[in-house]
Amino acid sequence: MGARIGADVGGTFTDVVVQFDGVQFEDGTLASTKVLTTHAGPDGTGGPEQGILAGIDALAAEHGIDLSEVEQVIHGTTLATNALIERRGATTAFVTTEGFRDVIETRTEGRFEQYDLNIVLPAPLIERKDRMTVPGRINARGEVLRPFDDAAASAVIDRIVDGGYEAVAVGFLHSYRNAEHEQRFRELLLQRLPEISVSISAEVAPQMREFERFNTVCANAYVQPLMASYLVRLRDELRFRGATCPLYLIHSGGGLISVETAAAFPVRLVESGPAGGAIFAAGLAARYGKDKVLSYDMGGTTAKIALIEDYTPQTAKTFEVARTMRFKKGSGMPISIPVIEMIEIGAGGGSIASVDTLGQIRIGPHSAGSEPGPAAYGLGGADPTVTDANLQLGRLHPDTFGATAITLSPERAEQAIADGVGRAVGMDPATAAVGIAEVVDENMTNAARVHAVENGKDLTGFTMVAFGGGAPLHATRLMDKLGLDELIVPPGAGVGSAIGFLQAPFAYEAIRSFYTATSDFDHVGANQVLAELEAEAESFVQQGVELDGTSEAPELTVERRVAMRYKGQGWEIPVTLGPGTFDQFAAEMLTEVFTKAYEEFFGRAIDDVDIEAVSWSVRVASVVERPEPLTVVDAERTVAPQRHRPMYDPAVTGTVDAGLVQRDELRLGDTVDGPAVIVEPQTTTILGSHHRAVLQGDGSLYVTRRNHSKETA
Amino acid sequence: MANTSNREVHFQVMWNRLISVVEEQALTLVRTAFSTSVREAGDLSAGVFDRQGRMVAQAVTGTPGHVNTMAAAVPHFINDIGPERIHPGDVYLTNDPWKGTGHLHDITVTTPVFRDEQADDPDLIGFFACTAHVVDIGGRGYGPDAREVYEEGIRIPIMKWAERGRLNRDLVAIVRNNVREADQVIGDIHGLAACNETGRRRLLDMLDEFELADIEELAGFVYDRTERATMAALAGVPKGTYRNTMQVDGYSGAEASDPVTLAVELTVTDEGMHADFTGTSPLSPFGVNVPLTYAQAYFTYGMLVALAPELPNNFASLAPFTVSAPPGVILNATDPDPVAVRHVLGHFVTDLCLGAIAKAIPDVVPAEGAGALWNFQASARAADPSTGLPPVELLMFNSGGTGARPTLDGLTATAFPSGVQTMSAEATEQIGPIVVWRKEIRPDSGGAGRLRGGLGQIVEVGPADGYQFEFSAMFDRIDNPARGRAGGGDGAPGKVYLDDGTPFPSKGRTTVPADRHLILELPGGGGFGDPAERDPEAEANDRIQGYIS
Repeated sequence: MGARIGADVGGTFTDVVVQFDGVQFEDGTLASTKVLTTHAGPDGTGGPEQGILAGIDALAAEHGIDLSEVEQVIHGTTLATNALIERRGATTAFVTTEGFRDVIETRTEGRFEQYDLNIVLPAPLIERKDRMTVPGRINARGEVLRPFDDAAASAVIDRIVDGGYEAVAVGFLHSYRNAEHEQRFRELLLQRLPEISVSISAEVAPQMREFERFNTVCANAYVQPLMASYLVRLRDELRFRGATCPLYLIHSGGGLISVETAAAFPVRLVESGPAGGAIFAAGLAARYGKDKVLSYDMGGTTAKIALIEDYTPQTAKTFEVARTMRFKKGSGMPISIPVIEMIEIGAGGGSIASVDTLGQIRIGPHSAGSEPGPAAYGLGGADPTVTDANLQLGRLHPDTFGATAITLSPERAEQAIADGVGRAVGMDPATAAVGIAEVVDENMTNAARVHAVENGKDLTGFTMVAFGGGAPLHATRLMDKLGLDELIVPPGAGVGSAIGFLQAPFAYEAIRSFYTATSDFDHVGANQVLAELEAEAESFVQQGVELDGTSEAPELTVERRVAMRYKGQGWEIPVTLGPGTFDQFAAEMLTEVFTKAYEEFFGRAIDDVDIEAVSWSVRVASVVERPEPLTVVDAERTVAPQRHRPMYDPAVTGTVDAGLVQRDELRLGDTVDGPAVIVEPQTTTILGSHHRAVLQGDGSLYVTRRNHSKETA
Repeated sequence: MANTSNREVHFQVMWNRLISVVEEQALTLVRTAFSTSVREAGDLSAGVFDRQGRMVAQAVTGTPGHVNTMAAAVPHFINDIGPERIHPGDVYLTNDPWKGTGHLHDITVTTPVFRDEQADDPDLIGFFACTAHVVDIGGRGYGPDAREVYEEGIRIPIMKWAERGRLNRDLVAIVRNNVREADQVIGDIHGLAACNETGRRRLLDMLDEFELADIEELAGFVYDRTERATMAALAGVPKGTYRNTMQVDGYSGAEASDPVTLAVELTVTDEGMHADFTGTSPLSPFGVNVPLTYAQAYFTYGMLVALAPELPNNFASLAPFTVSAPPGVILNATDPDPVAVRHVLGHFVTDLCLGAIAKAIPDVVPAEGAGALWNFQASARAADPSTGLPPVELLMFNSGGTGARPTLDGLTATAFPSGVQTMSAEATEQIGPIVVWRKEIRPDSGGAGRLRGGLGQIVEVGPADGYQFEFSAMFDRIDNPARGRAGGGDGAPGKVYLDDGTPFPSKGRTTVPADRHLILELPGGGGFGDPAERDPEAEANDRIQGYIS
């Protein structure tokens, strides 16, 4: 029996799912398990691979899987992210252009929080004493202004030898245009230290803007030794257990890469878990034929929102990790790699509610996490959390809260809400709970709106896909607040990212900055850049595909984009390019497509201003078989719940008698009219008085507002 | 009871929503703006106002300069347009320095909001306003060289940019013919109007969702909450009068070495705080003068950041902070005094006022910092005009060190009070004929102290490709370094010279020849507390990292 395994290592849990020859269980779920994430001990043993292996062993035993017949193992991990956050990387030296030793320390020269006199800026990943410079200067056009100084480089290498560094990051100015000096330094370094881990910025992140590029190459070098040894250990352990199939890694852009690529560019693994979630949502979008989807993933600590159009998650060229002030833009370190774009805010089940000096209820960013957890867990947490409010409002119930061994205590929740919020705002616990729920829902709604504005999108006509343990509890309220008409709550909500891994294509996106303006368009240069990027991306994809003996040479798609702006602006917008090469009329064509894209983004274009192309990207991906399209099943039999319980419904600002429904008892076409609480082991779906849910062929709940749903004949 | 409380929840949610709406407004501006200072420095603002023109909510953006200047602008709009001439579909604008935000380069756009626009007699429920710095406003170009505001560019009185949805094409044509880079400037004005329009639609959607006729009750809730919190914060400051003076290099022209004295007397009462600038040096003949409304912005910012950093900017949080100044002082420029670069001295007002209030709350206030930005705004011109190389305007933002805090070292090469961010050297070199040879921390420039002042930086730039630079130098704290506090030492003063060692004037029109580099050593921040009490580990680390030699 052939099988594919997806494993997602998060900070708290490791999720493992198995898919048998593409067949799903009758209720739509895959075989899955959640185990606690394991961390390496002081002696370096017992790393995260132990948790994965334990999960795989458990599933293999339960379902009789012979590991030698497994076709692929696909893995995503927060290990690289955590190493950056906790500063647990290699002893790393950074070598840069003379005069620019401090770029990663002086950052943007701004303060990310304007109103805090005691602001602490993030410390540079590589300290000043470990940053060294070499004379040699390349200009913006890639021409050598001052030659590279081999003798000075040798002196720097002496310091690296003496300093006992494990890894070296190299980042010189304008290396995205001309990598000669970086390559020369690496050559000299490897002559002396053939075994040292070295990363050069022209390969890791060839994008203009030195702060971002230097940070990215430093991050890559910093985590490289750790990640490479981990990946090798994992692969060897799998082989030892008979799983001789290829191991793939999911990268932040949502595609699969080989272990070799991942070990060379581990910074590309940052954010791979959330990327799996977005792919999961994109898969549902494709199955339901919804070309505009808002992916909403809510867990214990955060909520993540991503936009998916034409079944493809939106991507960006840069993002920030390791924010020192949670979720505050500018407080982390920028990483310039292709990434599935999403907004993450401090709104999870464990997010703590408090009252500020204005008497306003605030949610997060602090989270009670899983330990001590919400007050209701009775594990020592005394602060009121979103979960406590949901319990107080009747949305969660002690009897039906998941399959975890935790018993919820409504008394503790009520007490915490009264102490932490109610007293300060003069509300009884019930009303304070309404306040907590409404504020967290409003925060998520606002984040979704701002994210849409940032991407030039209007959310009208989007379908929401809700997953993660917390999302289905809040999804119908968000749907109402955002004015969306449709919501899909898929099965397997708790392990969505790992399921997403199994749906990811082999894909690699190569990006490079190359500056040219429409008034003087360098079509020869642009053609060359695009050709090189395509060759680079394709080689990484082929490397993955060739390893994968089980599949035939797959069809590849090539997407080419250029980031453009009006001359004088600071932000670029992405423009998708058609096939073919540029000729002397390219400037006219680009002006036309940019103008159209700009109008879509901002509502109106600007006449007569020169247009600049700043960076170019090519994404090569294998074509993934689209899931069989599903037609939404209309309401057939309305389920009459056997049990009811009181639940607060914000739409009628009062408590209603909500039907209690077991999700696993629903069959195709079964219809639940709100107010209702639909429970399953991993999550709970809330329907307000005006919502209706119909169970679909894939086990998803399809939710509409009742006045919007099609009347059944 | 439950009903009242649900109302409370409603109001809290709606307040959040209002803030989100104005943040969206501001974000759109940043993304579309042509002006470097808007996108890199957040030199913009956006807010929503009640029907009397009182500000209910404002986006948090990078510059304190608009903290209350824009808030004060909307009542001028109501007054000058005349209530009877305010119609649905209207858009108003001005760049009047004394009715807007202190110089002609900032354009403020205001849009009225009506409920039930289609009705015969629709109700005016409020306004959206936003302000942004535009690329050019005509006149002599951006710089301190004008002797009267008339030379600084076109002044647009409060006028209708659109009436009942119809664009005022006459006004567009006048603006178009009076500014350089007209397409970008007109583009930015349209952008400002579009942002207000976004806000207007979002607000109406919100009123529908919450079934409200207007925002009066919500505004009352916001003011009430804010006023209580503001007063609670002020209650922590001992009542009394606190004075401070600060000497900076300034730019008085004829005698470039004549310093400027800034003086303030702060009075803290039960009602609020008042700053009086009597004793400040007289007006300059150059455009470095500061309209009082702009000085008020940096005073208010300094007090809010020290006392109540959580408070949102709105009518109620700003109302307790008032200012006065005698006529003729450099912080009280009036029409037609030149004011184009009012930010240089304006930025020092925060440290000036913090220095006064430090006498009341010594555990909160940092030492003085570099304060004024060391921006490099130059015109690159062909060294040999016969080469026909086109002129290019260049702009770089550079910050010195901030003052040490009572519990933390100062910030190295970081802007304060401005929210400016620097631009990438690579991006700067893509845009113009400049080579940035060095941009690096300046060791030994932070004032000594129990807590060390933030370090300045060294910037070395030179023209590329047969160009030379011409610019108005405006570098401060060369003769007057940032002072330490509580026994801390002064930060290092700034230095300006050419790479061959030639001293270079820090003020006035100058040229960097084609084959030379200009070297700027930016000032450091002052130290805090007795240097003998510095933690030996911190001291050792400073040496290991090369922060001190």
